[in-house]
Amino acid sequence: MFLQQIANALALGAVYSLFAIGFTLIFGVLEVITLAHGAVFMMGAFAGLIAVTKFNAGLASTLLASMIVSGLAGYLIDLIAVGPLRKRKFHHLAPMIATIGCATIITSTYQGIFGAEAYRFPFDFVPSTSYDIGGIQLTLLQLIIIGISLFLMIVLIFFLNKTRWGKAVRAVAENPKTAALLGIPVEQVFRLTMSISSAFGGAAGVLTGLNFNTIHTFMGGPILHRGIAVIILGGMGDIRGAMAGGLILGFSEILSVAYISSDFRDAISFGLLFLILLVRPSGIFGKVIERKG
Amino acid sequence: MSDLITSFWQTYNTLFYTVFVHGMLALSIYITLSCGQLSLGNAAFMGIGAYTAALLTMKAGAPFGLSLIAGGFLPAAVALIIGIPTLRLSGVYLAMATLGFGEVVRVVFLNMKITGGSLGLNGVPLKTELWHLILVMGILIYFFIKLRNSRFGRILEAINEDEVAASVMGIRATYYKVWAFAIGAFIAGVAGGLNAHFTFFISPREYGFEPAVDILTFAILGGTRTLWGPLAGSTILSILPELFRFLGPYRLALNGIILVLVVLYLPNGIVDRDTFSNLKKFFKKEENA
Amino acid sequence: MLKGENITKDFGGLRVLGDVSFEVKEGSIFGLIGPNGAGKTTVFNIISGLLKPTSGRVTFDGKDITNRPPYEITGYGISRTFQNIRVFREMTLLENVLVGMHRLFSYSTISMFFDLPKKRSEEKTLREKAFEILSIVRLTDKADLKAESLSYGEQRKLELARALATEPKLLLIDEPAAGMNPAETEELMEEIVHINGKGYTICLIEHDMKVVMGICSHIAVLNFGELIAEGSPDEIKANPEVIEAYLGKEEQSA
Repeated sequence: MFLQQIANALALGAVYSLFAIGFTLIFGVLEVITLAHGAVFMMGAFAGLIAVTKFNAGLASTLLASMIVSGLAGYLIDLIAVGPLRKRKFHHLAPMIATIGCATIITSTYQGIFGAEAYRFPFDFVPSTSYDIGGIQLTLLQLIIIGISLFLMIVLIFFLNKTRWGKAVRAVAENPKTAALLGIPVEQVFRLTMSISSAFGGAAGVLTGLNFNTIHTFMGGPILHRGIAVIILGGMGDIRGAMAGGLILGFSEILSVAYISSDFRDAISFGLLFLILLVRPSGIFGKVIERKG
Repeated sequence: MSDLITSFWQTYNTLFYTVFVHGMLALSIYITLSCGQLSLGNAAFMGIGAYTAALLTMKAGAPFGLSLIAGGFLPAAVALIIGIPTLRLSGVYLAMATLGFGEVVRVVFLNMKITGGSLGLNGVPLKTELWHLILVMGILIYFFIKLRNSRFGRILEAINEDEVAASVMGIRATYYKVWAFAIGAFIAGVAGGLNAHFTFFISPREYGFEPAVDILTFAILGGTRTLWGPLAGSTILSILPELFRFLGPYRLALNGIILVLVVLYLPNGIVDRDTFSNLKKFFKKEENA
Repeated sequence: MLKGENITKDFGGLRVLGDVSFEVKEGSIFGLIGPNGAGKTTVFNIISGLLKPTSGRVTFDGKDITNRPPYEITGYGISRTFQNIRVFREMTLLENVLVGMHRLFSYSTISMFFDLPKKRSEEKTLREKAFEILSIVRLTDKADLKAESLSYGEQRKLELARALATEPKLLLIDEPAAGMNPAETEELMEEIVHINGKGYTICLIEHDMKVVMGICSHIAVLNFGELIAEGSPDEIKANPEVIEAYLGKEEQSA
């Protein structure tokens, strides 16, 4: 029984990690907490749904479609709302409030178009075969989710460490002013980061839609809370933290549902968040927060 | 003539009451914004206050005033609990924590039998009258006016402008941020109690993320530099939806558009510190012309 | 009065301060100098509690104040100004000073709400006091103007006034002469000496050598986070390592 839960926890945790990675990357590079990340997640899920139901897309194309749509949304959010705030000196809460505005615009628009009902992927879009790996039963779907999440994370790590643009992103995350002096096009890096991170959010969206076979316009909210809990747990701006935190949350939720009660599953993330804020606000991998003069 | 007034009132009295409640909620988020913190939990605090007050009048037969005050103190106590560890850190942490907190409150309301679960509470006695709302609003406005020229008002503003410099002046920033946050929660709770007792029916849905964003929009649109800003914002945005009802769910997108536009182009909101003196000057010019 | 003992500060892999020790005697004007990036402001940040040292101790009047939060340190009697001027721009001059006098206020929320005598008398008395402080820096005529409307030099004076308002025993002043012309600098030197004369101990970070040599009784020199010299102005002027540190920097930029 417990072993079986591991499969569920891994699949859940993998998606949480994927979502949180984009979230934490935006914070690390742009120093903005985007509360629109849940909305782009939802956009990705719907993009995947439409790709499958209207265009009969296969898995790979569906994933691609989700990432492109969400990536584009992220680009636009930076272009219209977050970017202009960088040019002038604004209150430190302004970018966050702007992203709340974007989230509301996106969510309401989708609610107007798609309504409040739950949509499903076609039956057996992913065949419901399962495999026995080391005593644990993993469905094909779970394997795909874990596999794709891992793949995307590896690609991202490779990108950040081995490619020119990736190193540029890291340089800007370290210190935008220095990066600018070194000739790095900082504005473009910001846009790129928003796009990539949102694309990851969209991928998490379509994978979640597949995992629970439910897609609805309200799904951005719950994932956002969890994303916040994960990045604070793991350390804001730290990718390893996002991965570790995602897994921890996934396991915590599955175990609490299995052994305590399913009613309060949504409250687990807040519980973890609160605990970390009490004990170690910088998170697992975060640097200790210091004030400067 | 009096017939017109009576029928007008019959149609619009709920809207009128709602304008007051929204004004209170806007003030509740204003006090935390005025020291640089963003609370997305005031809708949840409103809900806690609403359920507490309603249950006290319905199940315990408590007097209205007492229920309201209890409905204010419980959210304030909760605010102390979540505020103390969170407000040691920067303003974004409170936003994130209250976002999750709002969700927890919603889940708790949904799962407790005493709150009626997802069906909500039906049959809340209709106790709120206009004079209650005017009285409470009056007290709040008086409080904020007193706040402005007191040491507390200066402390909040100093923290908002530059928390580091404020701390070096001997200000224990966390203490005052928690103080503001708890007062905000109290106000939201009382507003919730008043609201429950004229809407007759309350459910967890009314206290979730969307209402929290509404409240934020009131304050941001109106402006957070004076106490009149949030009141202006909440009044406008309470009446406007009536005009935009035909938009259906897209109406909420209007909130989002307002937030983005105001943050980008009107960062101090509609009502700024010198708005009144500027208006006076403008009208004086018209007179002299 | 103020002692820093073996203070070390690392930021990740970078050592910003290495084993720095110094002592500020009561009633003196102590100068902390060194080339840019030597770590002087970091020392101030550690003393005032904005940063925690990686190791080492700070004691004030015998009390260990290392790792205490800034508001507590202000309570012990240490106040400071900032290199890049951090006045409260949207508040008036009077309000800025009143914020500085935070420690002296004690009326409660209830007092505020009901306009009780305690609140009214405290506000009246302390406002008058704030005016007096503004008169020390000759800014009373602008008391009700917003701080942002002040000139650069005036803002520096305001910051000084605000720091004085906290009724400190020790005043840390970070590069007050930056951006000032010779006349203003002369006025500044007089003001600092005047304040010192009233009993305030002063610790000064400054680049302008005329100021440092002119008013400091004791000087410490930092370079690359290390204390390279300490002594009277004459001793420092003659110290070859100090000259090297400054000249070396000049050669780099030449």
